[in-house]
Amino acid sequence: MREIEAKTITGAVKKLCIDANYYLNDEVLEAFRSYKEKEESPVAVDILSQLEENARISQEGQFPLCQDTGFAVFFVELGSEVTIKGGTLPDAINEGVRQGYSEGYLRKSIVSDPLERKNTGDNTPAIIHLEIVPGDKLKITILPKGGGSENMSEVRMLKPADGAKGVIDFVLERVSKAGPNPCPPIVVGVGIGGTFETAAFVAKKALLRPLKSKNPKPHLAAIEEELLEKINQMGIGPQGFGGRCTALAVLVEAFPCHIASLPAAVNIECHSHRHKEVVL
Amino acid sequence: MAEAKLTTPLTDKDVESLNIGDKVLITGSILVGRDSAHKRLIDLLDAGKPLPVDLKGQLIYYAGPSPARPGNPVGSAGPTTSGRMDPYAPRLLALGLKGMIGKGSRSAEVIEACKKHKAVYLAAVGGAAALIAKSVKNAEVVAYPELGPEALRLMEVEDFPAVVINDTRGNDLYVEGRAKYQK
Ligand code: SF4
Repeated sequence: MREIEAKTITGAVKKLCIDANYYLNDEVLEAFRSYKEKEESPVAVDILSQLEENARISQEGQFPLCQDTGFAVFFVELGSEVTIKGGTLPDAINEGVRQGYSEGYLRKSIVSDPLERKNTGDNTPAIIHLEIVPGDKLKITILPKGGGSENMSEVRMLKPADGAKGVIDFVLERVSKAGPNPCPPIVVGVGIGGTFETAAFVAKKALLRPLKSKNPKPHLAAIEEELLEKINQMGIGPQGFGGRCTALAVLVEAFPCHIASLPAAVNIECHSHRHKEVVL
Repeated sequence: MAEAKLTTPLTDKDVESLNIGDKVLITGSILVGRDSAHKRLIDLLDAGKPLPVDLKGQLIYYAGPSPARPGNPVGSAGPTTSGRMDPYAPRLLALGLKGMIGKGSRSAEVIEACKKHKAVYLAAVGGAAALIAKSVKNAEVVAYPELGPEALRLMEVEDFPAVVINDTRGNDLYVEGRAKYQK
């Protein structure tokens, strides 16, 4: 067994919270650049330039990319040969969030009860998705999720007979209705299959894939391609002001499901597509 | 698409000259408030009590900035989704509010209220929050400090960038901009 100190985890999580909110990943900047070349609307090109400028200012470290520094969502892969010393994994992660959101001047956006709505003051609790994997490593990925884009997401229980077309129509309907609200250009995570909650989880996890990647299964890659093309024909454009660049990527993932079911989930992510990972 | 400079407080004439798609640069003081602050303002109106701020000629910015680092007036300060303020907006417009700044579509009622009371809805670039913060020169909490990021603030801005989405004639850039590029 390999031992990892809880405080090592806390320190790493604190850094992840800060880095994710200040340093936009290169793949997003690259996507802005390539869409600027393809964009037909001058207003849209101007918006994409502003987003590049925003990332540059943020990188100087004074201001986070977006004021909504999100719900701190974590995907954790814990090696079965790892034990954690001096505390529990959830406590260590939550302490890292507490420290990162305070020391990084990040906004505290979590209320303790969805109806009473009192702010917890330190952006905890984090959402932690834990997976036990073989090996002696601990991999922690953060995806701070803003409210504006999360609110435009949806899970729907389709019928197996709806098939690929049903899924495609559902995603197009969702993105069209979302319009300017989720801060386009967006990244669209799609989860197909599993149970009600698994579809949503798979859609969110799909957002971690590289923007340029394709699903290795040809029938799913074909759906990704069709969706991206159709979404970018909608005309919504950056910020919804009109243009070609509505989505930077569509990432589809599937999971086995029940003979009676076809759950589908769309998790919408904004251009402030922040995620960072660390392996301990 | 024209570019216009706006200085608050605004008059009917100021807002009537704006068309959808116009880029505006705002200078002066603007109110900043979102969900909870709106609910409290409406509760006061319902109770027949005075508001903590005068809305005449004002612009309200739907935002909840991130905490300021020492030496900065605010942290990042981009817009939040305006639709959540739709149920409250017409009553504030009736009291002389001249405009709202946010992101995302407004309801038919809000667009109608903009026509009736001569007001505009502007969008700031959602997620360009670090860039927008550069135009904020000063910020102070004027009410409800206990709401944290949701407190009601007054912000001094200089050349704060926004785009006209709904003008005083019922036009909507989100509808027209999209139609233009739809295939
Ligand atoms: S949707 Fe994203 S970019 Fe827009 S305000 Fe929310 S976190 Fe920021």
